[in-house]
Amino acid sequence: MYSFTYHRPGSVMEALECYRSADDGLYMAGGQTLIPTLKQRLAAPSDLIDLGAIAELTGVDVAPDRVSIGAFTRHSTVAAHPDIRRVLPVLADLAAQIGDAQVRNMGTMGGSVANSDPAADYPAALVGLGATVHTSSRRIAADEFFQDLFETALTPGELILRIDFPVPRRAAYRKFPNPASRYAIAGVLVAEFDDAVRVGITGAGPCAFRGSALEEALRRRLDPASIDGVEVPDAGFNSDLHASAEYRAQLVRVMARRAVADLLSRGS
Amino acid sequence: MKVSFTVNGTPRALDVPANTLLVDLLRQHLDLTGTHVGCDTSQCGACTVHLDGRAVKSCTVLAGQLEGAVVTTIEGIGTPARLHPMQEAFRACHALQCGFCTPGMIMAAIELVEYGAIDGSDPAAVRRRVREGLEGNLCRCTGYQNIVDAVMQAAGKMR
Repeated sequence: MYSFTYHRPGSVMEALECYRSADDGLYMAGGQTLIPTLKQRLAAPSDLIDLGAIAELTGVDVAPDRVSIGAFTRHSTVAAHPDIRRVLPVLADLAAQIGDAQVRNMGTMGGSVANSDPAADYPAALVGLGATVHTSSRRIAADEFFQDLFETALTPGELILRIDFPVPRRAAYRKFPNPASRYAIAGVLVAEFDDAVRVGITGAGPCAFRGSALEEALRRRLDPASIDGVEVPDAGFNSDLHASAEYRAQLVRVMARRAVADLLSRGS
Repeated sequence: MKVSFTVNGTPRALDVPANTLLVDLLRQHLDLTGTHVGCDTSQCGACTVHLDGRAVKSCTVLAGQLEGAVVTTIEGIGTPARLHPMQEAFRACHALQCGFCTPGMIMAAIELVEYGAIDGSDPAAVRRRVREGLEGNLCRCTGYQNIVDAVMQAAGKMR
């Protein structure tokens, strides 16, 4: 790991100021992706800005129709939070499937979302639930947030403060995990709202995206069988030693079927 | 950089380079060599310690993240004369072969019993949850069967 100047600001204002005054600053949340990246010398910031001492970035606020989660909230907190489990159980279930126990104890929602790893779990939740990302300067809809491989709508120095999730009638997430890393080879979140069905997909493409054709079919009839006739084109899908693009497209259909079956088993 | 934290009940104030990892801080600066470096890529879990009571991979924590924190390592949970129930169970069940993964496995297993909601009336389901709960720890001797036995035994005594 190259050397860097370490900062541990106590407020969002201070963190933004650290970034502005650094040559090549980088924010660190839980560090579970960033520290391995630094160790491999794939990143070499002049200044590392640790967000771990900023109280404003933590906290979970649960209302009947909305769950608001501070960016620095750890995965294990989301997985075990009694109010999240009650109001938005799909998010707690998803968080419990990220990485392993040690990673969940350090990794944060904001860190995962800002990184936009193509195989990360949270992006499927943001897209599938239609979340809103609140940053230090604006609000960004999940549909606009994830742009490409490790690319988001965030501008340099912009900091995620919290993420707001609308509460659906019911929802379910299913993923086909890489057996070693637990990253999603394909993951699908299906959410039924009063006026819409949303489908968020991760693992398959360069970043999380909505499955529009799946949504349309499920809007007509919310049933696993509705997915049988839907084509999932694999153009632009990831292809690597774990799975071909074609196989990922098939996994998206299978995970979508399973998610819909889970969702229906949760009553109405 | 200066960092102050507590290790195994003793307050420590150190001045270390900012790119120092927790595991190197423990092993090289504090001579606590019970915590092992296996893969150094946050996969194997041999370096697992407790940070404010929760299991973390100490190869993936920077010194600065420790400010004000409480760290517990394998040296801090028991003594040869008075083993932690998890250590006692690992011994009783012969839950180690080469022993390299054991300190991390024990630290992860203690947290699993404390926070992992692994209790239940169906022993097969509990065993499954123990296996899932330890997915962040690798035993390259593949001695998982006895490790799961040990965690089941210790879980009963820790409650």
